[in-house]
Order: sequence, then C-alpha cells, then structure tokens
Amino acid sequence: MIDFGYSLTSSSRISLDNINQKKLKKITAVEPDFLKCMACGSCAASCSAGNFTKVNLRMVILLLNRGMEKEAIALIEGCMLCGKCTLVCPRGINTRNLIINILKIYKEV
Amino acid sequence: MNKQVLVIGGGPAGLEAAGQLENLGYKAYIVEKSDKLGGHLLKWDRLFPESISAAETLQKLLEPVGHITTFLDCTVVSVSKTGEHFSVQLSNDATLNVSAIIVSAGFSLFPAEKKEEYGYNIYNRVITSADLEDFFKTGSDSRIQNPKSVGFVHCVGSRDEKACNRQCSKVCCITAVKQACEIKEQYPDADIYCFYMDLRMYGRGYEDLYLEAQSKYGIRFIRGRVSEVAEDETGKLVIKAEDTLSSKPLKITLDLLVLMVGMIKNADNENLSSLLNTRLGDDGFFQSASPILRSTEGEIAGIFFAGASTGPKTLPESINEAKASALAIHGYLSKQK
Amino acid sequence: MIFNGKQRIWSEYQKEIPDDHYFYVRSCIRQNFFPASEKTFLDIVQNRLGLDFFETEHHTTCGGIAYHSDSIPQETLMTIVARQFALMTDAGYKNYVASCITSFGIYTETLETWRHYPELETKVRESLWKATKREFNKPEYLAHASDVIYKLRDRIATASVNRLVNKKTGEPLKVVEHIGCHYSKMFPSKGVGGAEYPYVLTGMIEAWGGEIIDYPERRHCCGFGFRQYLVKANRGYSLSNTHKKFESMKPFKPDMIITNCPGCPYFLDRWQYVISEMEGKTYGENSQGIPVFTYEEVAGLVLGYDPWDLGLQIHQTGVEPLLDKMGIIYNKADKYKL
Repeated sequence: MIDFGYSLTSSSRISLDNINQKKLKKITAVEPDFLKCMACGSCAASCSAGNFTKVNLRMVILLLNRGMEKEAIALIEGCMLCGKCTLVCPRGINTRNLIINILKIYKEV
Repeated sequence: MNKQVLVIGGGPAGLEAAGQLENLGYKAYIVEKSDKLGGHLLKWDRLFPESISAAETLQKLLEPVGHITTFLDCTVVSVSKTGEHFSVQLSNDATLNVSAIIVSAGFSLFPAEKKEEYGYNIYNRVITSADLEDFFKTGSDSRIQNPKSVGFVHCVGSRDEKACNRQCSKVCCITAVKQACEIKEQYPDADIYCFYMDLRMYGRGYEDLYLEAQSKYGIRFIRGRVSEVAEDETGKLVIKAEDTLSSKPLKITLDLLVLMVGMIKNADNENLSSLLNTRLGDDGFFQSASPILRSTEGEIAGIFFAGASTGPKTLPESINEAKASALAIHGYLSKQK
Repeated sequence: MIFNGKQRIWSEYQKEIPDDHYFYVRSCIRQNFFPASEKTFLDIVQNRLGLDFFETEHHTTCGGIAYHSDSIPQETLMTIVARQFALMTDAGYKNYVASCITSFGIYTETLETWRHYPELETKVRESLWKATKREFNKPEYLAHASDVIYKLRDRIATASVNRLVNKKTGEPLKVVEHIGCHYSKMFPSKGVGGAEYPYVLTGMIEAWGGEIIDYPERRHCCGFGFRQYLVKANRGYSLSNTHKKFESMKPFKPDMIITNCPGCPYFLDRWQYVISEMEGKTYGENSQGIPVFTYEEVAGLVLGYDPWDLGLQIHQTGVEPLLDKMGIIYNKADKYKL
C-alpha cells in the first residue's frame, strides 16, 4: 500500500446502529434505574472523586447508551462508591448498585 | 330577546364557549369553516397525559351544543360595528346581528414537507405526529409495517426561525412521549428514540409520563436536533443528528420516523383580523388586550378570544379559556342596557 | 421514495433561464482538470444548437479559490467580480453564465451582498473605476452552465446518438448525481430544484435515459473543501469525506457519477485511485472504480462525440466500463493520441 503522507481519518460519529443491545438489556435488568437518568449532572457536580479524576456518572450513562463502552469505563473506574451521587440524584437512582454493575458487565470485555 | 354572540370556530374552545354562553342565557351561533364540529380534537385517539379517549371527550363537548345554531362549511365575509352591535355577513348569505364575537379559530398544523431535509412525502417511512395519531385511531397506515426502530423528532416547525415559527408549540413534547409509549405498547420489540432540544414537561402528570417512558418503556432520549434524513438501499431511514450531550455527530438507521409537527397560525388569521379590526402578534396569532389580566379580551370592545387563536395551548387550557371568555362576555354584556 | 413528493419540491424551485445570448466565463481550474469540458460546452451550444455564447480572453479568475482559502478579503473579490461584469457590459450582454460552480456562488453572493448593502456596491464601483477606469451593469440573469444544459436537455435528447442505458440489458444506467456545494446550498432559490433535492442534473439524466440514485450521503461535500485539501496536514479530512460518500453509495451499485462543479469530479475521480492504493478498496464492478463525469462530458457522450475528444483520457478512474455499457465504439489506441 502506498503512503501518500496523509491518511483516512476514522469517523468520530456515534453509530446507534452498532450498539451492544445485549449488554444494555443486561444492565437494565439488574439495575432498572439505569433508564431513569435525565442527564441533569447533579451526580458529577457533587462527585468527590470527580474533582481530581475524570469520574462522571452522567457521562458514563450517556456513553453506554451511545455505545462508547471503553470511554465509559475509563470515566467510572476511579469511583470510590462514597454515595454522594445517590444523595443528590433527583430521580432517586440507586447509583451505587448501578456503578458496581456497570463495572461487572462492561469490564468483563 | 336574548343577546346574541357569534363564535368563530367550532373546535373545543368554540364548543365550550358556546355551551357556557347558552348556560348564561345568551343565544350563541357557531360558524365553522370545515364540515364538522370538533376541530383538531376529531383527529386524536387518546389524550395526554392520562390516555383519556378523545372521542368521548368530544362527545361531552358536543352534548350541550345540540340545539345551538351552527353554520358548517361557512366563513365570515364582513363585519361592521355600529355602536355596541356587530352586523356579520356570512359566506352562506346569512346576516347575524350580535352583541359580541368570540374568536376561537384555533391553529393549523405545521406542514411537515416545508422542512425539506426531513423528507416528509419523499421518503416512505417518514410520517407526522398527526399521521401516527390517525394510525392509533384507525389502526391502519401502510407506512407503519411492524417497525423495529422508531424515532421521534421534536420541534418540527416550532422554535424554528427558518420555518418562520419562533414559538414553542407546547403540546409536542408531551405528545411525543405519549405516542412513544403507545407505539412501544403496540410493538414491544421496537427500540424508540426521541430527538429533542429541550423537554418541556410543565403540566401536571407530564413529568410522571416522561419518567414512565424512560423506566417502564425504555424510550431513549437524545438531546439533539435531527439535521437530515435519507433512505438507504433497503428503504430504511438514515438519520443524522448531533448528540449535544457528548458533542458528537450521530447516525442511526430507523424503520419509522415521526415528525412532531408544531402549532402555527391559521393562514386566514390575517383576513379575519382585518375584518374584526383586531391585531395579530409577530407570530401571526391574535393579540389580546393584555396578556396577563385580559387575555381573553380583544382591544375592540365586544371582541373576545378563546383557545389557540391567541397562541399554542393544550386542550384543558383552551377549555378553561373558553369558560373564562364566556364569563368575560357576561360581564361585558351585563353592563350594556 | 415518493417520486411526486420530489416533483412538488422541484416545482417550487424553478429559476428563469434565458434561451440565448450569453456572456460565457470559463473556470480557472477546470481548464487544468477537465480541459475539454468547456470546449465541448461551447461546441454544443454554438455549433450544434446555433446559439449566441460570447467569451473574451480578458476574463480572469473570479477570485473564488483565494477567497475561500482566506487569502483575499471580500472587497477584493467583489472588485474582481465587478471587472468581469464590466467585460460583459462592454460586450453588450445581459445574461451571464459561469462554467464554475464556485464562481456562480461568488457571483450570487456578490449580487446578494450588494442587494442588502448598496453602499458596498458603491464602494466597489469606485474601487473599480480608480483601478481600471471601467464601469459596469449588473447582469439581468445569472446562470450556471449546467442550468443552460438543463434547459437544453430535451433538445440534446432529441439529437442523441447514445442513451444512458445499458445496451446489453436495456436497463437504465444507475447514476449518482453530485451537485457542487456552491450551486444552491448557500442560496437554495438560485438553483434548479433547491438545495435538498437539486434537480439540475437529475433533469438531464432523466431526459437522457438514466436513473438517479438517492443514497444517504448524497448531500455530503465531495471532499475538496478548499483548505481541507490545499493544506497537506488536513488532506486526510478531504479524503475521508470522499471515502464516506463512496461507502454510502456502494450498496446502490452505481454505474457512473455526474457532477456540475470543477472540484467534485476531480476529487471523486482522483481520490478513488488514492483509496485503492492506500486501502486496496474499489467501488465499481470487477474491482474497478466508478467512472466520474462532468455534465458536459455526459452531454457529449449522449450526442456521440468521440470519448477521447471529450478528454476522458484525463480521468484517473477509467471510463471504459461505462463506454462499454453504453455500447459506445471507441479506438483504444486513440486514448493516448496527442
């Protein structure tokens, strides 16, 4: 193959056609609250780990829904399960159970 | 003889106003430009947020107006005001002499084909929220064939300067949520996506329905406006949008796309307002004397408003406004000799 | 696809295209990219159809390349445009037709700018007078050359020797139409058929026997994008955009691509070669590319011009698969004649 000094750029576009629906169904089954997020950002705003790391639960839920699993895991691994997000979530999401199960289901890749 | 009031428009607001006026002892006339009473309510199946039957609701609205003189397929041709009396010429050559006029002429649905990039009437599987409601009502639409994936596009022709409609149409957010749940009920295997700019869940029970749509029906909400629609080689729809929450362009292939068409002014508002010597706002809807304290009254004494003629409203809002308007007329006419 | 839905949109975007008497301006880059296209255009309108198309050697670039590459400001661009209008005025013409899509966009943009800001027009008139002692009238009608061929499509069809039909199967050829971004995306009402579903090339293809393909990335840019290509560090973006279009059109199995822009046929043609060398991927039948044409070349083929007189040997993606499908007889050795 010839090297012309430039190359094809891989698309950064989200493709909802290629999402792992099985895993989404699994996480929804073990923690139905996964569906309740409305992306308000209270969890990330109050996160004690988030001040020093990239931890951001709002973004994790979004990324999983958009099929960006690796990126999602990178944003949740630093969670210390302190539970502050559970306190502030206006939709009463069981964030602790959600986070533990996200790591269980998506880290086994 | 009882004082007479003309009701222009026989939709829910007009029906309710006419019924209330009769109760208050006035003689009401309804002029309706189509061949049926009921307005847009005729086309609905179930009403948000509690899935109340539209047909039964309309039936209840129609009951008290059974004996009211109604002119169908009829419009107002001219209006002249002498003192406190209006002489109104109708297109069926009848002339009415009334003491007050209620404008309950309603709204029009945004013509979805104007948003050319969404391909309504060009791509087979693009339908409007009105088409979907009709499908729920009649059970048949050749474009809906056991869809496995369905998208809803909020704000089609609303909040859109390019479509010359800056206003929020108020009812589409909750209608989309309602219809998304309903289509999921019919097709439990389907994945459903709502593309929204903001979700305006302001009414009682709306937020509950939104939560139910997420947690019970698994509807996915994507914050971003659909930019364009195309067909792939199998006839499925390819949708492009930005997922604004993750700041990335997004693509999805769908079996069915529903355009939530907004509420816009009627094309004949301009003519009607010049006949009545009233003003229209920049949005083309009628302007009331004061948006807060006198929202049902016109600037000309004897002209009143009810329902969506003064801007997008939900059904209960329109009906409440019709009651308020009837009461305002009662107050106005009681002062006359 | 609901065909009459498209027809309804097309009926809303019809522009007035005069029949005759045009001042014709060439494109600066097309003469390098596809040099025979403009010659073919003039031969068709002047000699085959006997129309009055005038051109002058005093015409220069419209400045579009420099403008879109951020090298010159709009005032300079408008003064260059004013000079071209002065040439038209001197020659006694009122209808202005541009060979280049970007020029057409530049002329439209300039006229619209002057309509909204008349003081800018006054300023440009002064600048032109100071620099060249020239004065000008604005064109009464502004057309792109593809508008003219669109207008003449039925006359060309009547005189046709070949049709856009697979001679062996009798099936219409599947054609991808690609419209230059500057044709109607900036001013939808200035293009035949508007911006979302342009009709200018579709009309030609229908009249000449072909069938149009509407594929998902139809509206996407060809990939040129001026700065994307001109700066080598960005060139991968240019290539990636073209790649995206080919990936999207491939399942529809197109026989050919027709374009109405200088850059589009060039990049859709050249990048197919680059993708095949870089990725080993081709998009046509039998590991070949999809032949790409200008609308003048297609008109020429339909009218029976010799493929090599149309300059088709300049293309990087071989055109022979299409010539064979259309049943056009050609001399293989003549491809390399001078």
